[in-house]
Formats: sequence, structure tokens, C-alpha cells
Amino acid sequence: MNRTLNATLGAPPAAALPALARRPLFSPRAWLALAAACALLALLPLLNLAFAPGHALHVSSYAVALLGKFMCYALAALALDLVWGYAGILSLGHGLFFALGGYAHGMYLMRAIGRDGVYQSDLPDFMVFLNWKEYPWYWAFTEHFWYAALLVVLVPGVLAFVFGYFAFRSRIKGVYFSIITQALTFAAMLLFFRNDTGFGGNNGFTDFKRILGFPITAPGTRAALYWLTLAALGGFLVLARAVTQSKLGRVLTAVRDAENRVRFLGYEPLGFKLFVWTLSAVMCGVAGALYVPQVGIINPGEMSPENSIEMVIWVATGGRGTLVGPIIGAGAVNGLKTWFTSVFPEFWLYALGLIFVLVTLFLPQGIVGLARRLYARFAEGGR
Amino acid sequence: MRIADLAARTRRQLSAWLLAMALAPAAFAAGVDPDLLAALAGDDSQARLEAVARLGQQAEPAAADVLEALNEDRLYATADGRVLIDTGGGGARDAASGQELAAMPGDASSVTINNRLRRAIGAALAGSRLFSPDPAVRLAAAQRLSGGADAALLPTLEKALADERHPAVRQALQVAAAKLQLQSDDPQVRRRAAQLLGETRDAAFRPVLAAMLAQDGQGAYAEPDAGVREAAQAALRAIDRHLATIEWSGNLFYGISLGSVLLLAALGLAITFGLMGVINMAHGELLMIGAYATYVVQGLFRAWAPAWLDWYVIAALPVAFVATALVGMALERTVIRWLYGRPLETLLATWGISLILMQAVRSLFGAQNVEVSNPAWMSGGLSVLGGGLVLTYNRLAIIVFALLVVFFVWLLLNHTRLGLFVRAITQNRRMADCVGVPTGRVDMLAFGLGSGIAGLAGVALSQLGNVGPDLGRGYLVDSFMVVVLGGVGQLAGTVVAALGLGGVNKFLEPYAGAVMAKIAILVLIVLFVQKRPQGLFAPRGRSVE
Repeated sequence: MNRTLNATLGAPPAAALPALARRPLFSPRAWLALAAACALLALLPLLNLAFAPGHALHVSSYAVALLGKFMCYALAALALDLVWGYAGILSLGHGLFFALGGYAHGMYLMRAIGRDGVYQSDLPDFMVFLNWKEYPWYWAFTEHFWYAALLVVLVPGVLAFVFGYFAFRSRIKGVYFSIITQALTFAAMLLFFRNDTGFGGNNGFTDFKRILGFPITAPGTRAALYWLTLAALGGFLVLARAVTQSKLGRVLTAVRDAENRVRFLGYEPLGFKLFVWTLSAVMCGVAGALYVPQVGIINPGEMSPENSIEMVIWVATGGRGTLVGPIIGAGAVNGLKTWFTSVFPEFWLYALGLIFVLVTLFLPQGIVGLARRLYARFAEGGR
Repeated sequence: MRIADLAARTRRQLSAWLLAMALAPAAFAAGVDPDLLAALAGDDSQARLEAVARLGQQAEPAAADVLEALNEDRLYATADGRVLIDTGGGGARDAASGQELAAMPGDASSVTINNRLRRAIGAALAGSRLFSPDPAVRLAAAQRLSGGADAALLPTLEKALADERHPAVRQALQVAAAKLQLQSDDPQVRRRAAQLLGETRDAAFRPVLAAMLAQDGQGAYAEPDAGVREAAQAALRAIDRHLATIEWSGNLFYGISLGSVLLLAALGLAITFGLMGVINMAHGELLMIGAYATYVVQGLFRAWAPAWLDWYVIAALPVAFVATALVGMALERTVIRWLYGRPLETLLATWGISLILMQAVRSLFGAQNVEVSNPAWMSGGLSVLGGGLVLTYNRLAIIVFALLVVFFVWLLLNHTRLGLFVRAITQNRRMADCVGVPTGRVDMLAFGLGSGIAGLAGVALSQLGNVGPDLGRGYLVDSFMVVVLGGVGQLAGTVVAALGLGGVNKFLEPYAGAVMAKIAILVLIVLFVQKRPQGLFAPRGRSVE
């Protein structure tokens, strides 16, 4: 089984373990590339705001919104890579954390609508429709943005912590863990589909009007959200890198490759796994919270098992255990999806299915792995 | 159902008619008393009222005919005292003898009725219609009477009850009779009526009994006699007990039914995942292909062998098995083979395959659900517990089918060479390989078997619900839950887990609602797996991975 575990997770990342000295966060070249990518991405909304439509340098609002959305996906993929690529925990339920973050933020956004809803009530339209007279207790204080922001972190974090504690304590791993997480998100989806749960049932939250007093559809607000997402993505990338480069990260990698050996060496894997699992859930929640105001809707469909598995393929396509790979993969797969669904909508599922099959069969290290291989061959040939 | 009813009705009418033909003069002579007829045609209104009432109490259809004719102004009297019924088209029939006449005699005059008489006829007709050969007419009459009737009709009701066979009419008659008896002044009679109602264990009497026990504003009971109240209380309890039994048995039946569906859906997975360790996320799509195979076979039968349409399901079984087994084996050869020992990769690749299969079916058959109909022998149901519970034939058939499939899988795994090889590979792949088991081929065959069983399950599912491209998705999580709960590599575990899940689900549903029951089940499984990560029937061992 150890052998299978190794094979399952692929070889360890290229940066092996040369010495026990503290490893640098990024190489100077990587820092440079990261800064350049961030600067380039940050420029796009500026171009959208500064130049009128029709101008050669104008970037359409659609493109900015799309990229903002992709960056949220990329953040979720980064979170998934942290647990799958570095701790060997394949979650098929990260869509749940994503959606919970989204719902937590959505609660604030719903209350920020105020009396501008269809029924002009203090309550959201769906509650008026259900003939509810007041907010349920769990909606308390959500009119305050900062409390909602706290929930964005706390709700996925606490759920992941509790679930992870029990799951890791009873040493559920591998496929079993995956299936259980899938069941968890499926159960949550059914729960959120109910009108009585108090989160808008089928339709979820939508028709947001403003965030912190700013109109939510204004180009300026959109640009701000975009930059916020970019900052979160960059920040979490550095954080994730810091975690994986630390001693903790090394123990995690060891747990991934040979959990029992780690155990016999005197480490208790529970704490390590739990930490990275909870961190990942929180990252996913933040991604969801940034996603909702940009897309303008959150509904239980986000919790469907299909969505969570799609996140996994972003990571696999980009290359797991690389941190940058999932970001690239999320962009690539979603870019392809956008193109397909606008040009050949009926072929998108064929394409997605093929990506799943071909990536697992022929690209076990993903795009980043392929690039590394090509680069290595190139470097060798040049020498 | 309706056709059967109609046939029974026609048969009944026909036999009644034949009987009438054979015995006509005697029967009618005995049936409708000429003296009554004479009174009816006479002038004395009191005598006419009495005659109407007495006709209503007679059990013969001829009496009802006379009343009906009178009601519709089709009754004629001749100067010589004969009473004739206008049978339409100029024909007539002698009410007393039943003799048919070609034409109404010229001296016949219509028997007129007044309003008072008309009302009496209405009540009397209801009584006499209780003896009509047509169950629908009897039912209408009985229901009219159970709404409220004259106490004088009680003997008529009892007489009708003695001969009545039709269950619905019988029930209506009983309610009518018991209601009349409950109005009796004699507490003994009321008490007896309450007891009788309790003995029928029929929920239809519940409101009547509950009304007796109701208290008005002053705390006085609607029923003054304590003994009668006690009897009513006991009858209520008996009825409630019976209702509880029905509910319980219903839950049990639907639980077993759901369990057998889950079992069928999960059995193929128990082989591919449980025995071979292959996570096949396309399992649900194999179910779907089985269901679509049923649809195609149904279409072929419609086009080429409409006479045999009722048996298309039987023909669909091998077709679905072979079709899905071929798809499964192709999958194994092209994709899964390269991923053995890498379960997470297998999971992702098979998910991709499931997307492709789903979209392929959409392209071929359209995104809409297709129509798969139950064959005639599967529609309808078996009524048990005094009609309180209907066990539908399609669900019964699927329970039996699930047991058969389990039996054959057990036979195959434990008593054939292939089964031996599969078990050997499950225990120790390398050692099996060393002693000459063709592991590659056995893998393919075993995967084909698991997929084929999914196809069989698809045939069963097509008889229960909608057949559409999304059919498999709904069962995927459930089937994995069954296999995880049952424990890997254990057929018995799968059976117990499937039936257990089905049962628990149906027993939770009345309290929590369908969705919450499902959520509760998922949470329970998650908790259970914490306690026993290897499932219900885990093989004991000391190996550390």
C-alpha cells in the first residue's frame, strides 16, 4: 500500500530535500516572475477604466470580470493543491467550503440590499416570500461587514476542523476520505436546497445592490474587487509556499509519502494534517467570498459534487504539488470552458471528460511538470 | 384495471340478463307483487306511498325498474289494470309478468306523481338500487345512504350487506348501517354498532367514532352512555392500531424496496470497487446505459413484435447486461488498466469517462427523459391488510429480481473458476499471478461482470422512475455509501448495508421529511465510518497497509 501511495501522489516536487537548512521562499527569479505576473494582471482593470470602449488599449469589462472569477477559482485550486499535492488528502468536497464562504459573505450582501428588494421589506425577498417575520438567529449581526468577513473565515474553518479532526483521528484516508467528503458536500447541497434552511433555497442569494455603500456593479467597485482578489491570490500563494517550505511542510510531505513511517518515527500526523486541511478550507472560503460579489449570485449548485471534482481537475491539469500549477490549471481549464460553452456548448462535456482522462493517463505532473520536463531536456541539449 | 372492471361488469350484466331470460316470468311474477302495482297506479296517495316504500325494500331489480320508471314518468297503467313500463322506441313491458310488448296499448295512460311521492321514490330507489347488478350503481346508492338515511331502511341495508361482495360497496353499506344503528335509542344497539365498526378496522369509521367521544362546551359527551363510549373508545384504539400496522408495514415494504434498488445499484460497484479496488465514478452512467438499453429494446418490440410487448423487459435484461459489460470491458482495457494501484487517478479518469458517456447519451437520445413503460403484468398491485396497503407489482418484481441477482453473483464468485480467480487476485495479486492466474484477463472479465450487473440494475431502475441522461448521478453517492458502509470485498456487507440504508431511510422519512432523512443518513454514515473505517463486515487482520 505504501507503494501505491507513492505512486498515487507522484514523485515529490522537484525541489527535493538537499539540506536541512531553511529553504528560501522563492528563488530571485521566481520572485521576479511573480511580481511581473501580478503587475500585469493588476494593470488590466486600469486599462478598462482609463480607456473608453473602442480604444486599442481598452480591456472589456467582461474580460476583467472573467479574470476576476478565474482568480477566485485559482485560489480555490491553490487551496486544494495544498492538501492534495502536499498532504495527499484528496478532497472531493472543497466546493462546500467555497460555497460556505460565499454564503457567509452573501448574507451581508443580502442585508446590504436594504429596502431596495422587490417587496421593499427589511427582510430579503425570499424570506418575505416564505412569510417569515424576522431573521433567523444565525443571521444575527450579519449586517456588519466585518462580522460577515469573520464568518467567511470561521464557518469553513470550524467545519473543516471538526470534520477533519474526526476523520484524521480515525485514520480515514485515500479514497475513503474522498468519498466521505463528497457525501458531505452532497448532504450540504440537499440541506441548502431546502427553503426552510433560510438561505434562499433553490435560488440562493442574488440581486445584490451594494457592498460597503458602493454600488456593486459600478466599474470602480468591480476593479477594487478584482484587485482584492489578486492580492488575496498572491498573498495566499506566498503563504502556501511558506507553509510547504517550512519544517511543517516537510513533515506533511513525509505524511503524504509514508504516513505509517512518520508515525513510527514519533510524529503524530493528526495535527499536521488538521492544520493544512483547515488552512485550505479557509482559503477556499475566502475564494468563495470574493467570488460572490463579482458573479452576483450564490446558490446550492456550487456545492454539487460535480463542482468539487471539477476543482480537482484544475489542480491535476496544472500540476499538483507545485502551487503555481493549480493557478495555471484553473485558468486554462476555465478559459477552455468559456470558449467551448460559447462556441460549441454541446461539446464542452466531451472536452472536459477528455481532459480528465488524458491528464491522468499522460500528464501525471500536469502542465507545470510537462514544462519542467521540456525545460530539462532543452537545458541538457544546450549544454 | 378499468378494462377488467368493465369486463366484470359486462359479464355480470350478461349473466343477470341470461338468468332473467331463463326465469323471466317466474322471477318477475314473484318479484313485483301485482297488488303493489295496482296500489301504485291507484288514486289513494297513502297506499301509493306505502307501495313505493315496500318496493324500495325489495331486493329484486324489477322493483327498482318500476320505481325508476315511475320516477321518470315512464310508467303507464291500462284500463284493465295492467301496469306497463315504457322501454323506449314505442316498446313496453308488463311490470308484473315481465312480458315484452311490441307497442304501448292505446288505452294506457301515464301514472302521475306528486312531489311528496317523488321524495319517497328517491329514498326508496336508493334502497332498491342497492340490489342493482351494477356495482357502480350500488356504490352510489350506498354512499347516498351513508350520508344519512331513514331508520326504516336498516333491514334493507342489512339484507344488502348479507349478499354484497364488492369491497367498496360493502364498506359504504357498513358505514350506512352502523350510522343508522348508532342513532338507535337502545344503548345496547349503539354499543354493538360501535363494536362492529371497531372490528372492521377500517379508517373510514374513525370520524364517526371520534364524533361520539367529542365533548361540547359544557363537557357533556356527544354519546350519553358510558358503556357505549367505552366501546367506541376501544373501537378507535383498534382502528388506530390497525392504521399503525399499515403504516409500519408500508414503511417496511418501501424500505425493502428502496433497499433492493440500492442493492442492485451498488452490487456492480461492490465487485469493481470492493473486490478489485477500482473506483469507478462512471458506475452511475453504466446504470443509465442499462436503462437506455431497456428503452431501445422496448422500441424494437414496439416496431417488430407488438404482440410480445409485455415481455420486452425480460428481453432487455440480457441486452442491457451485454451492452454495459462491453462498455465496461472497453473502459478497463483502454483506461483503467493503466491506473491500477493509483485509486485517486482512477477516480478522476472514470469521472471524465462518466462525463463523456453522459454527453454521448444526450447527443444520441436527446437531453429529455425518454418514456419507458411498465409492462401490463407489472402494473397494479397486491392489496394487503384489508386494502390498507398496496404492494405494487413493479416493486415486488424488483425485490425478487435483486435477490436473484445477488444469488447469481454469489454463485459466480464462490462456485466458478472465474470467481475463484477474482477472489485470489483480491487476496494477493502477485501470488495469484505467480501461480498462473491470468490476472489481466480476469481483471477485464470481473470489471465486465460488475458493469453488466450495473446494466441489469439499470433495467430495474427504468421500471421505477424517469430514464434520462442524469439517471446515474442520483445513484452514485448512494451506491458508494452502500459499499463503504458494507465494507470492502464483502458481498454480505453490501446486502445488509443496502437493505439497512433503505429501511432506515423510509422509517426516518415520515418524521424528518425526505430531504432531511437523506441528510441524516449521510451524516450517520460519516459518523459510522469514523467508528469503523473498514465498514460493517471488515475482514479481520493485523496488517499495516
